[in-house]
Amino acid sequence: MFPSETSCWFIRKVIWWRAAASIAWSVLLLPPTTAVFVILSKFSFLHPIQTVSDCLSLLMSANSIFSFILLGGVVIMVGFLILEYYTVIPTIACSKIALLGQLLHPRQVVNSLAHGLMGMIVGWCCAVTVGHRYETLGYPARSSDGHPQMCLNEYHLVFLLAGAFVGFSHSLLGVIHNINYVYFHTVQQYKYLHFKGSLPLVVKCSAIQAFYSMRNFIVVYFFLGYIPKTWICKTLTLHLDSSVHPLDSIAGLLDLSLLYHLWISATFLLFTWYITLLLFRIFVTEVYSFPVKSTFTDDSHQCLPKVLTDNQPMILKFLALQDLALLSKHSPSRRSEVFSLSQPGGHPHNWNTVSKECLALVADLTQRLVAYHETVATNGRAKSLSSGSERKTSSETSATSGTEDLMSPRPTFLMKTPASIFARSVARGPHSPLTSPFTSDLDSPFASPALRRLTAPVDQCSPWHGSIQSPHIMRRGPQLWSTSTESHANGSPPPSPASVPSPKQEPAKPSFLAQFLQNRKEQVKNFMAKRVLIMYLFNKLPEASSQALFADSQAHIWALEALSYLVQASFTEDQFGVVQTTLPSILSSMLHLQEAVDRHFKLPHASSKPVRSTNSMEDFAFKTLRFALRATLKTAIYRITTTFGSHLNAVQMSGEHRKRLQQFLEFKE
Amino acid sequence: MCSLALFPPPLPPGQTTLCESNNELLSGANNSEDAQDSGPLSLHFPRESLKLHSRTESSSKAAFLDHSETLWMRSAAAWRDGGFTGLLNEVTTSHAEVPKWLSVTSGCILALLRWVSSFHGSLYPHVTLSSEDMIAEFSQVLNWPDCVVRAFAWHPHTDKFAVALLDDSIKIYNPKSAISPTLKHRLQRNVAAVQWKPLCASALAVACQNCVLVWNVDPCSLSTRPSSGCAQVLSHPGHSPVTSIAWSPSGSLLVSASPLDTAMMVWDVAAESCVPLQRVGGGGVTFLSWSPDGSHILACTPSALFRVWETRMWTCERWPCIKGRCQSGCWSPDGSRLLFTVQGEMVIYALTFSGSPGVPPSMVKGPQTAVVVADLSETTFNGPDGDIIVGGEIQSLSWDPRGERLAVLLKGDPQAANRPAIIAVFKTRANPIFELLPCGFVQGELGAEARLMEFHPNFQHGALLTVCWSSGKITHIPFYFLSSGVSHVDLSRSPPLPHPHERPADFANQSLFTELIS
Repeated sequence: MFPSETSCWFIRKVIWWRAAASIAWSVLLLPPTTAVFVILSKFSFLHPIQTVSDCLSLLMSANSIFSFILLGGVVIMVGFLILEYYTVIPTIACSKIALLGQLLHPRQVVNSLAHGLMGMIVGWCCAVTVGHRYETLGYPARSSDGHPQMCLNEYHLVFLLAGAFVGFSHSLLGVIHNINYVYFHTVQQYKYLHFKGSLPLVVKCSAIQAFYSMRNFIVVYFFLGYIPKTWICKTLTLHLDSSVHPLDSIAGLLDLSLLYHLWISATFLLFTWYITLLLFRIFVTEVYSFPVKSTFTDDSHQCLPKVLTDNQPMILKFLALQDLALLSKHSPSRRSEVFSLSQPGGHPHNWNTVSKECLALVADLTQRLVAYHETVATNGRAKSLSSGSERKTSSETSATSGTEDLMSPRPTFLMKTPASIFARSVARGPHSPLTSPFTSDLDSPFASPALRRLTAPVDQCSPWHGSIQSPHIMRRGPQLWSTSTESHANGSPPPSPASVPSPKQEPAKPSFLAQFLQNRKEQVKNFMAKRVLIMYLFNKLPEASSQALFADSQAHIWALEALSYLVQASFTEDQFGVVQTTLPSILSSMLHLQEAVDRHFKLPHASSKPVRSTNSMEDFAFKTLRFALRATLKTAIYRITTTFGSHLNAVQMSGEHRKRLQQFLEFKE
Repeated sequence: MCSLALFPPPLPPGQTTLCESNNELLSGANNSEDAQDSGPLSLHFPRESLKLHSRTESSSKAAFLDHSETLWMRSAAAWRDGGFTGLLNEVTTSHAEVPKWLSVTSGCILALLRWVSSFHGSLYPHVTLSSEDMIAEFSQVLNWPDCVVRAFAWHPHTDKFAVALLDDSIKIYNPKSAISPTLKHRLQRNVAAVQWKPLCASALAVACQNCVLVWNVDPCSLSTRPSSGCAQVLSHPGHSPVTSIAWSPSGSLLVSASPLDTAMMVWDVAAESCVPLQRVGGGGVTFLSWSPDGSHILACTPSALFRVWETRMWTCERWPCIKGRCQSGCWSPDGSRLLFTVQGEMVIYALTFSGSPGVPPSMVKGPQTAVVVADLSETTFNGPDGDIIVGGEIQSLSWDPRGERLAVLLKGDPQAANRPAIIAVFKTRANPIFELLPCGFVQGELGAEARLMEFHPNFQHGALLTVCWSSGKITHIPFYFLSSGVSHVDLSRSPPLPHPHERPADFANQSLFTELIS
């Protein structure tokens, strides 16, 4: 496939090198980290000088060099796993069951097991490094009747199990907190300064998480510790020394030095892994400057307009959009290349591609929001058709209503299905772009009930905003399992869209059989709803659907920024007037999105304020992306209106939009 | 170079400055105050009208009966209220209940901590101040604790403004609407600065004692008391008191500074997340000013050092001062020139940044040294009622958005009657060379001293200086002139303007500073 071939160059030439550099740095940072760990684990107040000499001799020993090589291998492995599993669009589970599904996904299980194994290796290294009573798994002792025998050193076993537990739980928590999500910071900093600034946070996070992991581990070991113990004893024919306390008892676990060593080891483990993750994030999200125009035809697939239109891989698209946003903000010389005309022919190809792509992104988000709004709105009615198809149709119809009056609608990943394109073309046909979204297609066979409802007077919809807020309506939300963004992320079209309209085209005359099935389904649903566990699993997590809707909004934010900055710059810099031709469509699509975003934030469940982000390693950025998008959108419109001022009255647009724009011109939004 | 000697003499008492027209400052008698203040935006907040807090926060404890709690409860409360030192204090003081070794140990730790902090305090004396004193010390407002109007901000695009008052409320005035909303919030105490978000109609950032509040005041709303739910609270542990805030001109980021926090916070307000930018040295950040083109930020510290951050990759240049800390600063409209003043010196310095925003930061060569552009040392003017001494240290600087008028608030001496705080206004010109020319002094009514000033961000006919006086009045002084950038276009089309009066010309033609001299 062509896109995969072109995208390959980027993964091969940039991402791999960046990942390799980040892994190399994290391996290089291992010696100082280990030294600090050794000092902390061996420190004693009474003999400070002896501690130092002990540590030095330990760091020089062959044993520690071997464990150091092992640690390096673990870090490299962790780095590769991060490279394999990272994502720029978080997957957000809308319910507990979806989360469970993510956790039990084979890919994830492999990841968790690998982390558990590596945790065990790190645990072994820590045990060996800390030394004395932790050092070996078995030790010779005399049994009660005087025979020499090998006994199990339970301290060593606890270290190994603790390492495995911390590694495993780190991986599971990573799924829950979306630790693989790579976030692009709004504040650009040089890599070293960024790293230096984040270091205290990493130390704090790893210490805190190690504390909680240790607490959980001790509880688990207290109850289930005998299982691995007896198993090890059996397989290795070791004996239990009856003269020492067993560790899975209260007295055994209340050993402060053991707890301290476990905690410091877990902190060390998490710290090295978090450092790897942090370095990977910093290296991968570094700005990559794409050329706007290529001098040679060989490199034409590497220049910005070409790269922007690729949807795979997502990291490439995100970096391209980031670069576009930055160039539109900071760099007049590169902006002039965007505004320039092609040499033979005099077409503004660069601007056309860039603006088309950004507008497509904006339009895509608008459709998604309108579709979501409709789904929620229809759920408020007494209507419960099968959830999957319902959602699909509404998204399609709204897709038709969303894009029509854009000047250059183009199929985005949501609309690649033949049915939707067909529906779109039907809808666009005879109507004027102004009136079509709300008056068209009432009698076309492709109109769904959702669209019909939309054409009904507005006040019919409005009580939904305020009054109906009870949670059981939310519970009936159609998405129990999947999020819409997952399909976006993969770029695959939603499954079987062609068969969608059939069950619902004639809602007026349902057959007897359909009615029967309907009733059965209701009964099953009611039955299930009474079971607490089922409800717990299938209950929607609050705000999750809203988060999922805006999961990839970083791209939209950059698109809006780039468009608004370019339009602002065009006021003085655009010599050929290439931006003027697209200005009406840019304004109308922004205002459309503004409308959709406003409506979305009026939904009962969409809280108007971001949750406070706690200071931890996982990025909460995706939870606040929708607020960032709302703010960026407003600022973008204001940027255009303040630049052009009353000149905007000469721009052709619909009456409703003109009214809205007038409000922006008067600073009343 | 004694710049103030070239100024026209200050007005006799009883006269107030009304406006600048035809290149001279016009004054009026005091008795016409009702007529002159008829505009809707001239306000008066008499001190008596404000309901002030009679108590401080800590003193409310004394109003309740002592209540004996267990040691655990008291320790928990001390931990919650006073942190680690509070806990240690509690343990040390209640030596009857705790074992002796514990109280002795905690007493020793406490003493050690105090010793360390006193050492820290000897390095940076400002950390020993209480937070109110600290705001007063570093605020741009003259005599902040006593001010009725503690902060003032024009909206960058419309004719509305926000006024923070002594009673910790903020009022918003808009000439186009009769409603003036009052903002009050539990956390809104000791407001040091307010600023409207650019490219937005509603967001107002407020620097409070413990946090930064961002109010969302819907301009179409009819409510006079927006609920505290309209405010976003941005706080970060250790980042208080906040003495200065600055929005990026593109409206996307907000930076805040606290003299006790060595890091400057860059907030993504929508997401309520922040990035601390920390550098060694300085001991805090007191004042921030974002250049109008968005490329640089001035960040002053409590010690003799200030930094100029470049906002693309967030790197900074260190600028050590010789004498004292940087008190105030302002940027030219194109962001290429920074004027600043240093505490303990009576001059204005200028720094020139040649880098255009498009050039990559590695190629931008910063300036090598600062240039003295104005000397404001004390000058005596002989008036009919005795001598008036003008000059001295500078409290704040303000440059109008077109870069044609520079207002300088001189501290004066509150003890001496003949050394009032006064605003000196310069004419400035950036092209073809940077020049400073004297314009005149701005004076208020008898007994009213200027406390705070700000230029209107988009006044059509020149510049509009808003001054908040110690009497609680807010007045607006317009400076009518043709902008030099615009006038070329206008002159070519319009008939030649009458030559300006000859009388002020003898002042106006004596340039105080040009780049040719230096």
